[in-house]
Amino acid sequence: MTHSLQDMRQQAAVAAKVFVQRDYTSGTMCQFQTKFPSELETKIDKQQFEETIRTLNNLYAEAEKLGSQSFIEGCLACLTAYTVFLCMETHYEKVLKKIAKYIQEQNDKIYAPRGLLLTDPIERGLRVIEITIYEDRSFTR
Amino acid sequence: MKSREYQQIDPQALPTPVRTPPHDHPQADGGDGRKEPRRTPRRKWEVFPGKNRFFCDGRIMMARQSGVFPLTLGLILVTSGLFFIFDCPFLVKHLTGCIPAIGGVLFVFVLVTLLQTSFTDPGILPRATPEEAADVERQIDDTGNTSYRPPPRTKEVLINQQVIKLKYCFTCKMFRPPRTSHCSLCDNCVERFDHHCPWVGNCVGKRNYRFFYTFIVSLSFLTAFIFGCVTTHLALRAQGGKGLVFALKESPGSAVELAICFFSVWSILGLSGFHTYLVASNLTTNEDIKGSWSGKSGEGVTNPYSHKNIFINCCSVLCAPMPPSLIDRRGLVPAEESAQTGGMDTERPKLNNKSEMNVVGGSLHLVFDVQESCSDFSLLLNHTKTVPLPARSLVACYSPNTVSVCFPVSECCVKVTPLCAVFQLLSKVCIDHAFYWVWLVESIKHSCLYVFIRHISWKGTVCLLIK
Repeated sequence: MTHSLQDMRQQAAVAAKVFVQRDYTSGTMCQFQTKFPSELETKIDKQQFEETIRTLNNLYAEAEKLGSQSFIEGCLACLTAYTVFLCMETHYEKVLKKIAKYIQEQNDKIYAPRGLLLTDPIERGLRVIEITIYEDRSFTR
Repeated sequence: MKSREYQQIDPQALPTPVRTPPHDHPQADGGDGRKEPRRTPRRKWEVFPGKNRFFCDGRIMMARQSGVFPLTLGLILVTSGLFFIFDCPFLVKHLTGCIPAIGGVLFVFVLVTLLQTSFTDPGILPRATPEEAADVERQIDDTGNTSYRPPPRTKEVLINQQVIKLKYCFTCKMFRPPRTSHCSLCDNCVERFDHHCPWVGNCVGKRNYRFFYTFIVSLSFLTAFIFGCVTTHLALRAQGGKGLVFALKESPGSAVELAICFFSVWSILGLSGFHTYLVASNLTTNEDIKGSWSGKSGEGVTNPYSHKNIFINCCSVLCAPMPPSLIDRRGLVPAEESAQTGGMDTERPKLNNKSEMNVVGGSLHLVFDVQESCSDFSLLLNHTKTVPLPARSLVACYSPNTVSVCFPVSECCVKVTPLCAVFQLLSKVCIDHAFYWVWLVESIKHSCLYVFIRHISWKGTVCLLIK
């Protein structure tokens, strides 16, 4: 967390929380709905929001992709009785790190200045993207 | 969880109610590892609401009832041990040295995959946070009926042009993603829930299905291999007219192996075959048993998750990237939470003027207070179910915010110790869509009755003194 975000958390009070739910139309793959929540209408640009969600969706799709690389990794893991999972970082975990970095970057650049905070979905069991709306009090625009 | 706690109550001191001192269960039992208020932060596995057991400080987990897992492990170890001791020396001498090598590889495979199946998180979904649950409830059309359990809620989604109904899970307070099911033995929602396997002592779900499949396949190979080797061994020994009985007398261990392998090989082979079919069609045992896609409910119902290609189905189940564990067992519980709940339990209760007791026609109607800090205690609402009360009980209460609740109390006295008797052991009550454990303890010595109310996620207990 950057210094400014910490300050904001300590000074500002939580006005509301918005939850972006999962989108199951393509199956059990991790995707989130791009529908723009009404509570955010006054806070952020619709395009900006959809861009963030779409990028996150692409990243999650990349994590779960069934490509040749994951196939080779899977076969190798099977041959070693899956003990490689104990020593190596899996492909999914690598992408999760990328996602965490992306979310922090988005928070710093776009959401924090508008009094919003995105919570990494992994902290909510990949069920929702929690967006906290802070009261418009203690920081200048 | 139950009787142990009651004995710790000292009516005089008015406790830290119900803290289980760590005696015979050093590994925390899904939440009972909490002690007196401590400054050191706890790990999340210690406050995990499901019925799981954790070892090695949260690195290993299993279901609470280990089922027949020790038996499975024992059978495998015993059979393999006997094989290496009794059959291998003979077969190496008379046939080839490859036999123990192959047996060894299979044995290691079986053991490793078994342990991985049992000790891995099957894909448990963490329960919804209170704000999330409230948001979901707000979006649902609540008809506002006053029964304990509102009608089951479902949500329909379109997956690959097929309508799937998502069910609402009352325990986890969220809509279950597709293919997720709530395991009642473990009290968790598990993603891509296959089944709860007692042999393995854990649920089989998205994250450990590949381990499970490898386990049963390698186990069938191992069993068949041992069976074949033992048969060969006995046949070779019985050669030259010596007879089977002679052979068995020379190698008694082989008889045991033969029996075990003979009886288990058919079921294990059958199970492997069944799961191979499931993998090829991208089905779970749960769906197959319920017949979700077999077209019973009408035409045009096919499995929307299948890729329509056996090879791709197999890849997606067995070779897909390993999903992460969503429950973060070893993370630290945020400081505010532990401070709140710690404080709540240890605070000495003060009598409150607002407290009130109604024993109306033999029903227990409690009006009691709950501290603001503990957000889970949104107890409220007068549910009017009433039941006769034990004659000696009265009600009074003490804590800051007043709430009123009425719940059924039975008269059976379950356990008597010099200090107290326990009534109504752990009734599970649904109040405002949240579940609480409620139990009464009577102090015989001081002629007072305590009512304990605790949220099922073990976040803190309200103890009411009834005089």
